[in-house]
Amino acid sequence: MKRWLPILIGLVGSPIIAFANDWGMGASNAKIPPPTIFTPVSTPANEIDTVAYFTITVCAAIFVIVAGLVVYSIIRFREPPGDDGREPAQVYGSNPIEFAWTTVPILIVFVLILTTARTIYSVQAAPRPPDSILVHVIGHQWWWEFRYPELGVVTANELHVPLSDRAHPTPTFLDLESADVAHSFWVPRLAGKTDVIPNRKNTMWIDPHQPGIYLGQCAEYCGTEHALMLLRVVVEPRPDFDRWIAAQKQRAVADASVDHGRQIFETTACVNCHVVQGTAAEGRFGPDLTHLMARETIGAGAAMNTPDNLKTWVHDPSTIKPGALMPAMNLSQKDLDDLVAYLVTLH
Amino acid sequence: MAAAPAVANQSQIEWKGSLPEKGRVGILLLILTESSFFAIFVVAYLFYIGKSLNGPYPKDVLSPPIINTICLLSSSITIVFAVRALRVGSIGTFTLWWLVTLALGLEFMIGTGLEWQELIYHDGLTISTNLFGTTFFSLVGLHALHVTIGLILILFVSILTLLGYMDRRYAERTEILSWYWHFVDAVWVVVFTTVYVIGR
Amino acid sequence: MAGSIEQRIPLGAEGAVSLPLLDRIHQWVVTVDHKRLGLMYIAGGLVFFIVAGLQAMTIRLQLAIPNAGIVPPDMFNRLMTMHGTTMVFLVGMPILTGFFNYLVPLMIGARDLAFPRLNAFGFWLWLFGALLLYFSYIGGNGLYGAGSAPDVGWFAYAPLTERAFSRGNSTDYWILSIFLTSVGSTATALNLITTTFTMRCEGMTLRKMPVLVWMSLVVSFMILIVLPPLSAAQVMLLLDRFVGAHFFDTQAGGSAVLWQHFFWIFGHPEVYILVIPAFGFASEIIPVFSRKVIFGYEVMVAATVAIGFISMSVWAHHMFAVGMTPAGNAFFATSTMLVGVPTGIKIFNWIGTMWGGKIRFKVPMLFSVAFLLQFLIAGLTGIMLAVAPFDWQLTDTYFVVAHFHYVLVGAIIFMIFAAVYYWFPKATGKMLNEHLGKWHFWLFFIGFHLTFDTMHFAGLHGMPRRIYTYQPGRGLDTLNLIETFGALVQAAAVLCLFVNVVRSLRSGEEAGNDPWDAWTLEWATTSPPPAYNFVEQPVVRSRRPLWDLKHPDDPDSKYE
Ligand code: HEA
Ligand code: HEA
Ligand code: HEC
Ligand code: CUA
Ligand SMILES: [Cu+2]
Repeated sequence: MKRWLPILIGLVGSPIIAFANDWGMGASNAKIPPPTIFTPVSTPANEIDTVAYFTITVCAAIFVIVAGLVVYSIIRFREPPGDDGREPAQVYGSNPIEFAWTTVPILIVFVLILTTARTIYSVQAAPRPPDSILVHVIGHQWWWEFRYPELGVVTANELHVPLSDRAHPTPTFLDLESADVAHSFWVPRLAGKTDVIPNRKNTMWIDPHQPGIYLGQCAEYCGTEHALMLLRVVVEPRPDFDRWIAAQKQRAVADASVDHGRQIFETTACVNCHVVQGTAAEGRFGPDLTHLMARETIGAGAAMNTPDNLKTWVHDPSTIKPGALMPAMNLSQKDLDDLVAYLVTLH
Repeated sequence: MAAAPAVANQSQIEWKGSLPEKGRVGILLLILTESSFFAIFVVAYLFYIGKSLNGPYPKDVLSPPIINTICLLSSSITIVFAVRALRVGSIGTFTLWWLVTLALGLEFMIGTGLEWQELIYHDGLTISTNLFGTTFFSLVGLHALHVTIGLILILFVSILTLLGYMDRRYAERTEILSWYWHFVDAVWVVVFTTVYVIGR
Repeated sequence: MAGSIEQRIPLGAEGAVSLPLLDRIHQWVVTVDHKRLGLMYIAGGLVFFIVAGLQAMTIRLQLAIPNAGIVPPDMFNRLMTMHGTTMVFLVGMPILTGFFNYLVPLMIGARDLAFPRLNAFGFWLWLFGALLLYFSYIGGNGLYGAGSAPDVGWFAYAPLTERAFSRGNSTDYWILSIFLTSVGSTATALNLITTTFTMRCEGMTLRKMPVLVWMSLVVSFMILIVLPPLSAAQVMLLLDRFVGAHFFDTQAGGSAVLWQHFFWIFGHPEVYILVIPAFGFASEIIPVFSRKVIFGYEVMVAATVAIGFISMSVWAHHMFAVGMTPAGNAFFATSTMLVGVPTGIKIFNWIGTMWGGKIRFKVPMLFSVAFLLQFLIAGLTGIMLAVAPFDWQLTDTYFVVAHFHYVLVGAIIFMIFAAVYYWFPKATGKMLNEHLGKWHFWLFFIGFHLTFDTMHFAGLHGMPRRIYTYQPGRGLDTLNLIETFGALVQAAAVLCLFVNVVRSLRSGEEAGNDPWDAWTLEWATTSPPPAYNFVEQPVVRSRRPLWDLKHPDDPDSKYE
């Protein structure tokens, strides 16, 4: 009985609940083109787009012919009203016809297989050029960790990559690993999915040709908050990207006006799970917070990164993301305000 | 042994005669599905060879159980002798071979028990030690479970025989049981090859 | 093993009516009659269809609008898992098993299955497994929680199912209950094959068996070969969870991908196990309502056998995104597409059967024609998924959800409905109402397309599956709202079916032995058939014994 109550309340109240608390995400998403697979801006996605159109065309042709035959026969061969009731001629089969409709599909399949194999190899077997960027992607329940081993940068949920010029390609290669269960890395406009599996290293690559923000999402069911394991890829021209890297390499600035908040941060459990470069915080269970404010969203795309949302989050993450693996911190209002004031300085 | 109604005429009886016997079809299908079950455990074993993160490793602790294997395989021969004897109605010979089969099967189980005792208490290998332990105990254990089931059935028949209930009418059923026993032996050949030959 | 058939107490349906309720129930509980067990399977399956359908409705309501709060995330994940698991193992399998149970002995002129008591055992095991799965709602979290159902998805990918990530016992309920129903299915499959090989009536050579019996043979062999991998993997998982084994424990070097292989070695053939019976229904119904013999009998059978074989080598098309080698991906793409060839042959032969016939659009035929078209689309989206690079985009999105509901609902559920309308008169002696039947058909047809056509587009728009909510502003709102509306229409349609069944049982039109003027042996006996099926053992000379009877001047045996 008790478990039905929330459902009942939900049923009645859902139109009100809806939209009320999207934590600013709706407005933000609306500014970004929807992540459909038919607007590719990166070579792997482009290749897939081509083979997709080809396949769809072939299938559509088959559909028109076969469905045409079905529709024709149900119209043409329906029993006329007032029929004499005699049985129609019984036809038991025909070998030439069977042969024909076996051979033709085999030929079609043959063509499809060749195209498929070609695309598989050109995407999967692409060599890694020397000046490409390398990123370790680590899937966590339910957020993404991005480490740039060659650049010494760590961030979360919002992947920055340089624009790849067709003349001088600077693709980004991703090494995918998981810290817990299986996830899948998917940014539809940049590439297909690759699963992120514990005790296994997968790789994929992207070379975005167009600057902008691209929406993506974890695509393998990974537990409670699989739905809110979103990600964004920020594609910038090379100079902007370099600037971003330089900024990320900085240690956290120490702003004296928020010392109290900083103290709370360093004396609370936060440090067990989070990193802030230059402080005692060295936990790796949660996202690196050194440059928290450089990110537009928090909670893997669950909410916009505003001071208010931060307060709600730190007070109790499950308000925004029920089930998230960060516990509610139960701070007093004053401490909370000061702590968030500190977090907001982490540019 | 399909349903033949009292009114059946001659041609119907002939027709039924051309169809296979239920029990035989049934046991063959059971063997088919069991083989598929074992195959997965064998695949898992092969897949995890050499992937254990820590010891003990197979080459340190395993030695091929030759005597066990000889016993189990020869029990397949003795059970054939037993069934043949039953077919011609010589209960005495049947009883002899049947009990020999039982004894050989028991020896196999005892041998396995001793091997396991050695592994667990001496070498410290349990199902949770490493991937080798996991796959070893589950594959060999699964086979041992089947031997046990077979032995229980054989024991059951032995008791009935010793109590004097056995006669040649049951030859067909006994033969079907023997097919299961052959299957268990055949699986052992595969398990032996996997664990003690390839995996070591 | 043998002998029980003769001793069985005859429990004719006629005799049952006069008994007090308790005795009647008792008779059903102790029965070993294949017809009663068949009906119990079908009834059980339909009950679970309602349950899982209501779960689907809740899922749809939650997804109707972005950020809806109708169910919390964990509950959604349980609904999603239970919906998939129930539909596959407690709806699809039992209903199809039920029809085979009911029909195969009748169609081959036998008096029961080869091992009637094994059959009863299989049914009760299935029911126990089914109840065990639902008991998890009470017992799932062990002692300390309020209890709850499994939430790991119907393919339960490791290591989410390992102790570290799945505490409590809900996953154990999933393992054990599915294991039990699998054992039940295996027993039934063994029984069906043995029956078909050993108990055919005189003259019924293998080549004279109805197509449906062939389908049952193929499906049963597939069950025997592919259910054990699932059971074996479940045993391994259980060992992991209870005695600390490491099969799928990635921290100890175990492999998460191995579980995926084991699951899909079962899982892919499983979907053909579900669809081939539907092919069987179509192969019986389409000829009768087209008034023509099935076109290309031998080819139909051979194609099904080919599907059975090929389908065992395609499993990794569910795993194109796990990072297989290019060669691996190419191999599985190839084998997957090759399945399309024999499947196409079947579709063409059904069209060949209708071609030149005199088609009567009774309700079973309506469902069958819709099945043809929908299965065609489903197969073609399957081909798109088989193009591995395309699948990298499509996998784990609503496109896949659309693909498989097109087959599972658009093909299988449609053909189950067709079969219900077609064989209901045989099983009960009463006709189902044609008018209500047409309402049922059209509502379900419209609802189906509203719900599942739109899902393709949601998937192409980047909507992953198994998400309890999605954010506004991503172009998914309208599509999802339409889907939910369609699901409501489907529910209305299903309601029509139930009203129809209840009304017919009370005051339906009498059916007579052979209401559809059909040709296979089950229509030669009374409706409902007596416990012993046939007063006299039939003797057949062709694939359509009743055609021979009705057309003595021009019997089939002349042409086969
Ligand atoms: C009854 C169920 C059923 C059936 C019959 C099928 C049939 C097919 N399926 Fe489907 N499938 C499922 C149920 C089914 N599937 C389910 C449940 C899932 C998801 C499981 C999950 O993840 O939860 C799934 C997922 C699934 C995937 C994985 C998607 C993913 O998760 O990434 C793929 C990929 O290849 C696939 C392909 C196919 C193909 C090629 C066929 C073919 O058999 C179709 C063949 C038919 C035709 C092609 C049409 C007729 C043919 C002609 C008219 C001849 C001419 C045609 C040609 C020459 C091409 N299916
Ligand atoms: C045979 C199989 C089958 C069938 C028939 C269905 C039928 C339906 N399915 Fe299901 N579905 C699956 C098998 C099936 N599904 C599987 C395997 C999954 C994957 C699970 C996973 O990811 O693990 C899935 C997942 C799945 C999802 C995706 C969940 C997710 O990924 O998050 C959705 C979402 O809309 C959905 C919807 C529906 C709907 C609306 C129907 C409708 O067709 C249902 C129609 C039926 C009804 C509406 C019942 C009506 C009942 C009444 C009206 C009551 C009458 C009352 C009395 C008579 C007393 N299904
Ligand atoms: C038990 C571990 C744990 C503790 C303690 C913890 N966090 Fe977290 N934190 C996490 C995890 C895990 C996430 C990611 C949650 C998600 O996205 O699902 C997170 C996310 C965050 C985020 C959002 C980061 C982003 O980019 O998405 C902020 C901000 C944050 N934590 C601040 C804090 C503060 C401040 C404290 C202490 C008062 C704290 N956390 C204590 C585990 C922890
Ligand atoms: Cu991570 Cu889904
Ligand atoms: Cu498949």
